[in-house]
Amino acid sequence: METQPAAASAGASRAGIVIEDVMHEYRPPRGRPVLALDRLNLEVKEREFIAILGPSGCGKSTLLYLMGGFMPLQHGQITVNGKVVTGPGPDRGIVFQHFALFPWKTVRDNVLYGLEKQRLPRAEREDIAKRFIDLVGLKGFEDSYPSQLSGGMKQRVAIARTLAIDPDTLLMDEPFGALDAQTRSLMQEELIAIWNRSPKTVVFVTHDVREAVLLADRVAVMTARPGRLKEIVDTKFPGGLDPDIARTKEFIERVDYTWNLVREEAVRAEREK
Amino acid sequence: MTHKIIATLWRYSPLLLLAAVWEGVTQAHLVSQYALPTLSGVLTSMWTLAIDPDGLVYHTSRSIMRGAAGLGAAVVLGTTAGVLMAWYRPVRLLLKPFIQMFYPLPKSALIPLTIMWIGLGDPSKITLIFIGSLLPIVVSSFNATRGVDSVLIWSARGMGATDRELLWEVVVPAALPEIMNGYRVALALCFILVVAGELIIANNGIGFLINFLGEGGDYKGMFAGVITISLVGFLADRGYIMLMRRILIWRE
Repeated sequence: METQPAAASAGASRAGIVIEDVMHEYRPPRGRPVLALDRLNLEVKEREFIAILGPSGCGKSTLLYLMGGFMPLQHGQITVNGKVVTGPGPDRGIVFQHFALFPWKTVRDNVLYGLEKQRLPRAEREDIAKRFIDLVGLKGFEDSYPSQLSGGMKQRVAIARTLAIDPDTLLMDEPFGALDAQTRSLMQEELIAIWNRSPKTVVFVTHDVREAVLLADRVAVMTARPGRLKEIVDTKFPGGLDPDIARTKEFIERVDYTWNLVREEAVRAEREK
Repeated sequence: MTHKIIATLWRYSPLLLLAAVWEGVTQAHLVSQYALPTLSGVLTSMWTLAIDPDGLVYHTSRSIMRGAAGLGAAVVLGTTAGVLMAWYRPVRLLLKPFIQMFYPLPKSALIPLTIMWIGLGDPSKITLIFIGSLLPIVVSSFNATRGVDSVLIWSARGMGATDRELLWEVVVPAALPEIMNGYRVALALCFILVVAGELIIANNGIGFLINFLGEGGDYKGMFAGVITISLVGFLADRGYIMLMRRILIWRE
């Protein structure tokens, strides 16, 4: 597979994320290669909150990792705010499902790490770290190690750590997938509050339909493997991001509609196993 | 405090039981005293040897010195080699065949070789201990480094860490628990090699002392030597575990 020349790109001058013709194939050392993503195109507008939804194994996490620049792009091109993605960078902050905190660092040192890498002066680093630890409600836990925290608290640390380096784009890989139902809905509300305070471009991978519809402006539903774009559902409700939206009739209808799209694909994926 | 002592005694009560059986069986002359001297006799002999300036303390300290020198060198070089092999492909391609070839070799088979090449003194024994403990350390450091969760590496990269920072600030600390488990295996191995080397040829060291007393017919003294070295090995292992807990305090 060849990579297309960057000059022909439509995304080169555009803000937000432009995904063009992206394919990705996993090549295990033994066995046949697996096509995870097939000719996928998607545009995310600047400061848009988009959710990527699909049955498990549809390549939604792969797509996110490609946006993060963690894996080499085999085909197609991804630009983020006009820059072609060639590797990871602090302009794109990522939050993983299993937190990926440094277990040997305290909460404070975890949040400080990225700031040190940004070569900020010491006083400023301490200041920012304190602010973001407060923001996610972990004041008083600065000196705790991740192993002493609950899942929800760990994910708060991970979010604080990512937000602290102030990325333009936030990539979230099923960030609340490992949390219990109560903690998850609390974290969703907090994410809404954080986003309302300072909107960023967010790509949020999930397989929770309700979560996707609640949080996102648009939901990109993917097909079963190999992942392509099935449909984009507009899930922006008047009044902006608000947890109370979830009680309205429009919301429930939109969840049903999206759920049916995902169901079709999940059934197809199950049959092809 | 007293609770703790009682708990510890209870934990090791099977050993106390063994000691009681040993003493009982030998006192009742159920086994020949040449095969197994009485425990009380062994302990008396141990005390005599312990206060003798040329006794247990001297020989044990010689053994510990050899072990520490060999193991220390193996820890430094083995960890470096293992980590670099995992992190840099050329290093891996260069060193892997050697590791694979030498790993299954019983290191005690090298004793005649080290004597032939390096001589009878300390350097040849330390070399043997070094070679013997090196391989498990290389292998565990290599596996530990390769096993570091890639999301940790991705996170650090995403925050702007350079390759070198990634290795020292993320990969090595993340691999440290497993690397340190490898040291523990090497520590046990190192005791085997110290004694094996000294049993074959030496003029001091606990292995030498056991051999010397045994050949001279002092079986009580020989048993005292065996108990001393196993006690030292036990304490070293316990001490190491305590050190490990301290260093890896961030684990649950």
